Amino acid sequence: MTSATAVERSRKERSGRKRSVGGRPARPGRPGRPLDHGAWFLVLPALLPILVLSVGPLLYGVALAFTDAQSGRTEPTEWIGALNFRDLLHDTLFWDSFGIGLLWALGVTLPQFVLALGLALLLNQNLRFRWPARALAIIPWAMPEVVVGIMWRLVYNADAGILNETLRDLGLGEGRDWLTGLATALPAVIVVGVWAGMPQTTVALLAGLQNTPRELHEAAALDGAGAWRRFRTVTWPALRPVALAITALNLIWNFNSFALVYVLTNGGPGGRTRLPMLFAYEEAFRYGQFGYAAAMGCVMVAVIAVILALQLVGRLRQGGDE
Amino acid sequence: MSPRTGGSARAGQYLALVCYLAFLALPFLWLLSIAFKPARELGSLHPTWIPRDPTLGNFRQAFEEQPLLRAAGNSLTAAVAAALVAVVLATPMAYVMARRRGRLAAAATGWVVISQAFPFVLVIIPLFLVLRNLRLVNSLTGLIMVYAVWALPFALWMLSGYVRALPVELEEAAAVDGAGRLRTLVSVTGPLLAPGIVATALFAFVTAWNEFFFALVLLKSPEKQTLPVVLTHFLGAEGVADLGPLAAAAFLATLPSLVIFAVIQRRITGGMLAGAVKS
Repeated sequence: MTSATAVERSRKERSGRKRSVGGRPARPGRPGRPLDHGAWFLVLPALLPILVLSVGPLLYGVALAFTDAQSGRTEPTEWIGALNFRDLLHDTLFWDSFGIGLLWALGVTLPQFVLALGLALLLNQNLRFRWPARALAIIPWAMPEVVVGIMWRLVYNADAGILNETLRDLGLGEGRDWLTGLATALPAVIVVGVWAGMPQTTVALLAGLQNTPRELHEAAALDGAGAWRRFRTVTWPALRPVALAITALNLIWNFNSFALVYVLTNGGPGGRTRLPMLFAYEEAFRYGQFGYAAAMGCVMVAVIAVILALQLVGRLRQGGDE
Repeated sequence: MSPRTGGSARAGQYLALVCYLAFLALPFLWLLSIAFKPARELGSLHPTWIPRDPTLGNFRQAFEEQPLLRAAGNSLTAAVAAALVAVVLATPMAYVMARRRGRLAAAATGWVVISQAFPFVLVIIPLFLVLRNLRLVNSLTGLIMVYAVWALPFALWMLSGYVRALPVELEEAAAVDGAGRLRTLVSVTGPLLAPGIVATALFAFVTAWNEFFFALVLLKSPEKQTLPVVLTHFLGAEGVADLGPLAAAAFLATLPSLVIFAVIQRRITGGMLAGAVKS
């Protein structure tokens, strides 16, 4: 259908003429048609807020990175070119934080994927007691991040925590203060991150598993393929798109995460868990350095973009092999 | 599923399942355990899983220590309003995204994907400045606007999936019967879409109810703060505060999300998948 007819039809509608049975019936929802006026009317209510409160601020944020914008300053803000980025380059604290951010994002995403894959494979089996697992998986998903943080602080608590008590019972030493120890803080926080994100990953992978062709699976089993072999040759190829997508999303989400670590350690001890988000937040809303913090945000976006691009390239290359 | 899984393999599978269940459930059970323990027991050197002397005192104390009711009221206002606004704005656009293949629909789908990769740092500063110019910083109205827009990408994704799942033929049949386009949308598509709209709204509600970062930045005066922000006040400066009331308040703050999620979980999973299916 051409756009001319679409426009004509929408004109007809606006004139309020009733379409008779003899006239050409409107066919709402034929895919492949360009937008007509009526469609614009449906789109604008959502489009305007998105432009004003989402796209606009994003561009504004990028622009801010090239200014000396500060909170509560009376002089007008000026363009300073790439000065913020040059400063950032020499800001070792930021790069420490950045490294911690990458370590955290990978440290959470990879175990999350492996554990979620295991759970999804189990739930895909014909086991009894699958329903409690499905029910329990809701808890980390539905919980506010702040509550997740509080809850794990109670678990890790040096005196009243169950973790140390369990270790003492098992005779594995006196336990320690997990979240304030220099060596244990980051791993402890990563465990929480894995816990919090497992359900979404599991659900996504489970959905992917349920789309794998069962006949193929049975045929492979009849041919004597072992469980691992069947997983590699039948399950994984079908699962891979879902797996890659959810892993990429997890990586981004984890890299951008804030509330969990804010509540657990607030970046301590000694900055050992200060994720880039926490760093930029303090820079912006504690020290009021809006421009500088925006530059940090830009660097974070750039890194995410590079990671995604690499992943996409890898995917295309792998796709070409088949 | 496979018939030849041996007894020992089966046992291993059950063992693994039990480990997963323990990992998922135990932290939450510990939260419950602390919430119902009296202060005396919390100070004991050897904490137990089951409170020896369960009490509701922590809950009373939590309400006395922090303005939980007011915070819950703020959270409720923000979450309900944001969910309603998001669904009202998203449903028409989701319909277009599902039924048309214009450049705009493609751009919208692209935006939904990009928005998932959004770093909040880059958005929060300009958003803060924009809202400050509109005098909407430190107001629930400003927060509601942010939450609504923030919920839009996911709402669009879910709703366009639900629309796609409806057969076009129904709408065509209505048109053949002489129903106008608006009439078709309101009396044929709308009712069929209602369950999906409700699920999406509930999901947007939970997201807003749980949200912390925007609320932390945008709401300064204590009487406007939402529940997650007020919960962090329990932690105090060095965070060793009263564990009992802290656990009690944290548990209460989770209840609405848990209940809603239990109801809509299946629909959400289905909607996510439906949104992912490209016709």
